[in-house]
Amino acid sequence: MEFIGNIFSNLATQTGFYALFANGGVSALKTIIMIVVACVLLYMGIVKKFEPLLLVGIAFGMLLTNLPGSGIYNPELWYAGSGMNINFGHVLHEGGFLDILYLGVKLGVYPSLIFMGVGAMTDFGPLMSNPKSLLLGAAAQFGVYAALLGAVCMGFDGNVAASIGIIGGADGPTAIWLTSKLAPNYLGAIAIAAYSYMALIPLIQPFFMVRLVPKKERQIKMEQLRTVSQTEKIIFPIMVTIVCCFILPSVAALLGCLMLGNLWANCGVCDRLSDTVQNALMNIITIFLGISVGATATADQFLKAETLMIIVLGLAAFCFATIGGLLVGRVMCAVTGGKINPLIGSAGVSAVPMAARVSQVQGQKDNPTNFLLMHAMGPNVAGVIGSAVAAGFLLATFG
Amino acid sequence: MNNDITVVQTLGVVVLGMGTVFAVLVLLWALIIAESKILEAMENNKKAAKAPTTATPAPSAPVAKPAPTAKGSCGGVMLHDVPDRTAAMIMAIVADELKTPLNELRFISIKEVK
Repeated sequence: MEFIGNIFSNLATQTGFYALFANGGVSALKTIIMIVVACVLLYMGIVKKFEPLLLVGIAFGMLLTNLPGSGIYNPELWYAGSGMNINFGHVLHEGGFLDILYLGVKLGVYPSLIFMGVGAMTDFGPLMSNPKSLLLGAAAQFGVYAALLGAVCMGFDGNVAASIGIIGGADGPTAIWLTSKLAPNYLGAIAIAAYSYMALIPLIQPFFMVRLVPKKERQIKMEQLRTVSQTEKIIFPIMVTIVCCFILPSVAALLGCLMLGNLWANCGVCDRLSDTVQNALMNIITIFLGISVGATATADQFLKAETLMIIVLGLAAFCFATIGGLLVGRVMCAVTGGKINPLIGSAGVSAVPMAARVSQVQGQKDNPTNFLLMHAMGPNVAGVIGSAVAAGFLLATFG
Repeated sequence: MNNDITVVQTLGVVVLGMGTVFAVLVLLWALIIAESKILEAMENNKKAAKAPTTATPAPSAPVAKPAPTAKGSCGGVMLHDVPDRTAAMIMAIVADELKTPLNELRFISIKEVK
């Protein structure tokens, strides 16, 4: 009878309910709040369709990591002592399921592989046919640096401020890549802010488009784009890789993978590989990335005043990125004598292709015969390169 | 670099960072233009090399020069009793139905059937 009693006692002490209250009421309350937050994020991903492919995984990872007693993610393996001196052998030996998946984030593997798929799916043709749209992609990086300045003013140290700033690049993999290197403790909050605001672009950007660009300029019809030859499309990724990586070697993994994916898609002799990185590999890495990033959002790391500040700064980053793109768009409109519709400037915030779609929708509201989508794709893909360059600069500065 | 950074130092980082992004993308802009010019020149050289081998065509009646079109355009679309707005909607619907980007389609004319 005593034996049976011991079994029940053991079972009882191993349950999540026991573990929930083992560390006191405050800890239990934090865990319950995190489970509620995870469920809210799941709702936003599934019902509201906020970047569901990543947000559902992130939210579920957050749910798993906060289940008491599961031991599938152990922050102490990653954050004990100096963040730069992780004992990877210890992680492999002692780590749980999500610790093993998190290795790909920590080592910068997943964001780079995601970029490979993004590169294969991206058509740089609109950018090459209208290369001055690169200026709009650069201008939209203003959000990154405005948020960096704001974060320092709010008391964050340089590494964390740089990671918060990169939210303004509106590029999830870039934000995860930089944050995992500079401020891994804040990865969960920054990734959630980045993907949530990307989903909110159709609500954020039109507010500034209508207020910063006069209706007359919003109605401008742009000239049809020239056709870009296949040879140009093949040379472009090779050229970008060489130029950018010579200037900022720290960005080689991210930008190199983006351009390799694009080269596979355009060279015409690697169709199988292009298909794999666009579909199978992209889906597999999205699964790993989502769950493992969500796993970093433990109660101790997430339920802090800093998380709210990151949410506010992330919104500011997106707003300033949009403003930067629109204002430089207006300057270019004036310089070219009204040949450029400033609405395409807001597409410079990356977030392919959603930001370009927003430019198209707003443009058609003001002039139903206007088709800005292909013109907006230029700054949009320029924004991807621009945010990668900005991330490389920040890593070289703070890393 | 020290992780504790002052606001003044951050302003320096902001200026340098924006400068770097602009410098790299402006350099790419210049390289894209150079690339397209070089390829265009090579294409023209190829055409010029081929030209003497072809037989000289017999003189024919002067042909009316077509109206200039926008750069990269496939030409204009003829509208017969169709307002611009309706034509734009029709083209968008056709592109959507065919799942083909609009700039890859060529519309010759749109006519209202009465």
